[in-house]
Amino acid sequence: METLMNILREIDDSIDYEKEQALIDDRLLDSFGVITLVAELEEAFDIEIEASEMIPENFNSAGAIYKMVCRLQEN
Amino acid sequence: MSYDSLLYVLLFLPVCLAVYQLAPKGWRRRVLLACGYVFFYLFSGKLLVYLLATTLLVHCIGIWLAWLKSEEKAAAAKVSGSERKAVKAAYQKQSRRVLLLGVVLLLGVLAYLKYYNFFASNISGVIEMCHLPFSLEQKSLIMPIGISFYTLQAIGYMADVYWGKIKAETNLENTALFLAFFPQIMEGPISRYSDVSDTLFSEKPLELRNLQNGYIRIIWGLFKKKIVADRLAVAVGMVFEHYTSYSGLIVAVSAVAYTVQLYMEFSGCMDMIIGSGELFGVRLPENFRQPFCARNAAEFWRRWHITLGVWFKTYIFYPVSMSGIVKKWNQYGRKHLGKYVTMLGTSAMALLPVWICNGLWHGARWSYIFYGLYYFTLILLGIAVQPVRDRALNVFHIREDSRAWRRVQITKTWIIIFVGELFFRADGFRAGLHMFRSISEDFQIRQLWDGTLLNLGLQKSDIVAVVAGCIVVAVVGMIKERGICVRERLSECRLPLRWCAYYALILAVVIFAAYGDGYQKVDLIYAGF
Repeated sequence: METLMNILREIDDSIDYEKEQALIDDRLLDSFGVITLVAELEEAFDIEIEASEMIPENFNSAGAIYKMVCRLQEN
Repeated sequence: MSYDSLLYVLLFLPVCLAVYQLAPKGWRRRVLLACGYVFFYLFSGKLLVYLLATTLLVHCIGIWLAWLKSEEKAAAAKVSGSERKAVKAAYQKQSRRVLLLGVVLLLGVLAYLKYYNFFASNISGVIEMCHLPFSLEQKSLIMPIGISFYTLQAIGYMADVYWGKIKAETNLENTALFLAFFPQIMEGPISRYSDVSDTLFSEKPLELRNLQNGYIRIIWGLFKKKIVADRLAVAVGMVFEHYTSYSGLIVAVSAVAYTVQLYMEFSGCMDMIIGSGELFGVRLPENFRQPFCARNAAEFWRRWHITLGVWFKTYIFYPVSMSGIVKKWNQYGRKHLGKYVTMLGTSAMALLPVWICNGLWHGARWSYIFYGLYYFTLILLGIAVQPVRDRALNVFHIREDSRAWRRVQITKTWIIIFVGELFFRADGFRAGLHMFRSISEDFQIRQLWDGTLLNLGLQKSDIVAVVAGCIVVAVVGMIKERGICVRERLSECRLPLRWCAYYALILAVVIFAAYGDGYQKVDLIYAGF
């Protein structure tokens, strides 16, 4: 989780990722932010994120992102 | 029988509603499907066969993909570790090929019918320049109504099944209805299966509230189309068809007028479509969200023709962003070029196909491709200058959310939109360029008040009706922008007040709509795409 938080803070350090639950719905993270995040996640966690994972539910909070990362690591 | 015709509003819709209500449960979906095919047949006759073939293809591909998925699960459960990964990869490869087959077939038909003549004429031009002994002949091709809309919907469905976002539909009637629901056949919205399946297949009996809301929305759409758009169509047509005879000011006014016409017509048509769906209790996705409140070009496209934008984002932008070549660029860029350059490169690679497709989707013309590339350039430029812009705002102590800054941004976006629509409407790219140049070369401001505007086929009363109509739509838009649903608020009002508002709307359409001598029936613009 700490690695994930560091990645998120590097993308935009003005967001309180511990509290925020609508990163996508409130457009705090836009499409390009998500693409950068995906590239960072793939490198840091050695996973492959496909286009099918690009849904708001997977990126709306740090918790949701972490859950997706864990799921992809298990696969 | 388009959505704004009396035949549709006063005969086709009531008959469909009556038959739907009288039909027993289990048959109501079939009634909607039959209505869809009758509606389609009235426009495209035997070309209905294209829609039927698409339905069958999409349904089979969906079931094939679902079968592969279940086989993959069963095979993967028998093995573990790296073997499991290999089994999954093999099945995914197979699924990808099945999806590709469906996409290629659907796009092949669309490309042939919509783009063959465009490419043939361009290739013939190149062949002629090279003095080669052969040429590509033009063909007389007729497109079935709504092919650009239902093809995208069909591809979206197959991709969603492939990605596992939805389960494949096993009932052929449901797949058929998803593609042939009559309110959305001509102009969309481009619905995703998950958006509409709940209400579309529910077969709920008609409800008074839905009927009331649906018809009010239809009349609101007629208000926009008949009072504003159809009137503006007369003046806009005159200037764009004889653009060499008009000064820069008139060209600029016509660009603004065309933008308003397009918005009133397309969003008005969406009101009629979504309202028609509501009558049956079917909830279709919204296609507009106050686009003229956008602060930049990217936001404008999140508010204008929303379902097309969402389609391109989901099925082109993200898959391209996640593709091997973009990922490799990302890795290389971040190591050697820095974040800013990498981001710009990634954005360019992901946005270019989106905007070329957006341009081409509207039609096979260079001016449409230019229109797409125009927005591509502006959005990329917006991303490129963002760091400088942020710094400048800091230096000059300008708050991003201040009202003044917001107004500056909205005005800038309006200019971007007007210029874009000028090229979009112009009869070819050269005509667009000529008109754009004339704005700066021959701008005679006095023409605003010297009566020139009255020589564009509109009388004073028409201009008053257009301005009044625009004010009403703008006020409603501003209220909606504050998160208030005008129709809901109105339904909470006391009965006399509520019905006064409804009657005012109905009377406005009956009295002030553009009918009679001097007006020709104006076809729906987006139905032509």
